Amino acid sequence: MKHLLRRISFYLVALWASITINFIIPRLAPGDPAGALMARFQGRMTPQAVHSLELQFGISHDPLWMQYFQYLNNLFHGNMGTSFTYFPTPVSTVLLQELPWTLALVGTSVLISFTLGSLIGVLIAWKRGSFIDGVLPPLLTFFSAIPYFWLALVSLYILAYTLNWFPLNGGYDTSTTIGWNTDFLLSTLKHALLPAFTIVLASIAGWMLGMRNAMITTLTEDYVLLAEAKGLSERRVMFSYAARNAILPNVTGFALSLGFVVGGSLLTEVVFSYPGIGFALLQAAQNSDYPLLQGIFLLIALAVLGANFIADLVYVVLDPRVRVR
Amino acid sequence: MSIFPQSRRSKSQPAASAPFIEGVVPSLGAQPAEKNAPKQRWRSSPLASLVHALWRIFTLNRKATVGICIVLFFVLVALIGPLFIHTDPSAFSNDVLVPPSTAHWLGTTQTGQDIFSQLVVGTRVSILWGFATGLVVTTLSVMVGLIAGYLGGIVDDVLTLLINVFLVLPGFPLAVVLAAYVPSKGPLTVALVITLTSWAYQARVLRAQTLSMRHRDFIDAARSSGESTWRIIFFEIFPNEIAIVAAGFVGTAIYIILAAAGLEFLGLGDVSVIDWGTMFYWAQNNDALLLGAWWWYVAPGMCIALLGAGLALINFGIDEVANPRLRAETRLVKRISRFSVFRRRETQVAS
Repeated sequence: MKHLLRRISFYLVALWASITINFIIPRLAPGDPAGALMARFQGRMTPQAVHSLELQFGISHDPLWMQYFQYLNNLFHGNMGTSFTYFPTPVSTVLLQELPWTLALVGTSVLISFTLGSLIGVLIAWKRGSFIDGVLPPLLTFFSAIPYFWLALVSLYILAYTLNWFPLNGGYDTSTTIGWNTDFLLSTLKHALLPAFTIVLASIAGWMLGMRNAMITTLTEDYVLLAEAKGLSERRVMFSYAARNAILPNVTGFALSLGFVVGGSLLTEVVFSYPGIGFALLQAAQNSDYPLLQGIFLLIALAVLGANFIADLVYVVLDPRVRVR
Repeated sequence: MSIFPQSRRSKSQPAASAPFIEGVVPSLGAQPAEKNAPKQRWRSSPLASLVHALWRIFTLNRKATVGICIVLFFVLVALIGPLFIHTDPSAFSNDVLVPPSTAHWLGTTQTGQDIFSQLVVGTRVSILWGFATGLVVTTLSVMVGLIAGYLGGIVDDVLTLLINVFLVLPGFPLAVVLAAYVPSKGPLTVALVITLTSWAYQARVLRAQTLSMRHRDFIDAARSSGESTWRIIFFEIFPNEIAIVAAGFVGTAIYIILAAAGLEFLGLGDVSVIDWGTMFYWAQNNDALLLGAWWWYVAPGMCIALLGAGLALINFGIDEVANPRLRAETRLVKRISRFSVFRRRETQVAS
């Protein structure tokens, strides 16, 4: 319980830190992005019109500490300002619109990658020194050492452009109507396959190696030896005895990576022109859309903090040793 | 990038991903410390022991040998390669989008620039900034990790909080946000942004290791013989953590080279500087793939992949030297021990 309270207070501090960083960065930057934006309208609008625009964009001339509390207050009420790019849509609406795409695509890919990678890790650790153990780790490591966007671009070129197996870009067929109809769902599935494949290919090595190395350590434990001596089936020893204890670090890693799912794979979404948070983040960065940039970063930070907290909880449940301490 | 298991600290090191490092590094650190008795370490300077450790890794492990050769090759190209390039890499010519040929070994871009000379000149920029940033990040994490771990108390509390906060901040998105705000774009900006977002993981690992070393006998001895605190930290403790620091440096270098290429690909770097990342940017901007100009992408991509794989191999080598359990068994041992029971016992003895 004390452990839990300590963690909770840490996450509150971290939350405060990320909100504050989010507040400070734009104001530390030389030049005033909002001011620059307003300067574009100067002289072409009446002062009243400029003032109303300022209000709408949340630009104020109050001292910094007052702005800070206004910012906190706004956040508390779920008001993240108005996006410049999608004016006059509020940032929160833009985020809600993009989030499902990212969650579906990246979430599913991470899940597949984790499951498949851990399973392969268990198997190659069991068959250590075999041909497959010698070939798979270096091969998959090579794939994860390739810059991800390059891997994505090359698969796009070969599988979508040359072979025409997959659509070239976008998240759905624009001729279908968005909604819960089969045509639309099928087209989203078709568009998601290739991005998902590249994410799995690039990330699977980490899970596999983590599992393999942890497995190799648990395989030397006495209880595994005992299980074998008792004559338990190979499968039982492999999964219920060795893998069950070896998977702990991977589970924490999985919970952590769930946090990054919300941030989306920025590069995936950019290469495949796939709708989502990452794509929106890049657009916001390119268009100097600071409210949207802040909103997205805050959303990602929140998700990561939440995932870390869940990882802590999961660890307490899975590993009794943490509870004793 | 960030969704991968390697994400950050977690997402940082492609090969040495978070779950991977978490499982391996602690044992990696613990063993050399026990094996190489501190007595022997006392006499040698940190530099000498680093060279010694590197040579040991180079000769002991085949993976590391291959990795080191690959990395050395790139360093060599970065150092002397540009001396052999006589075509201006940014000069336009009339050979537009020519596939690889004898005149242009790796083809040309849409404005007729020679890709081979771009690649060689770009190697210098990419490698220089990658390794320099890696060095800065490693130094920063060594300072924070060792000081927090050794001093303890309030200093440790503050530094640990700082580490943990930076650890949970999403690195790549933060880097994108930072790069978007900074008005002067260039390799230095990219390096600073990456430094700020990637030092914490290594600092945490080193802090934990220092904590476990703080009350060893040789540290107590040094303290009672009146050595100053900074001397104990950097001359007694640091040499014993050199394997973790080296592994951390290699992992960080991979992350930095990938992250820098990613940021520049997105157009967040200085696009007039020629390096691997900006080559991607221009290729993407000119729709090279849709024009069928695959060579424009293949060259820098292969370079990064090879260099990354080389660095990852070095890290495997360090792991295997430090943690004998990860080593593949020799054929002889395998033949003798048909039954897994014997095989296990064999590895136990070995470790």
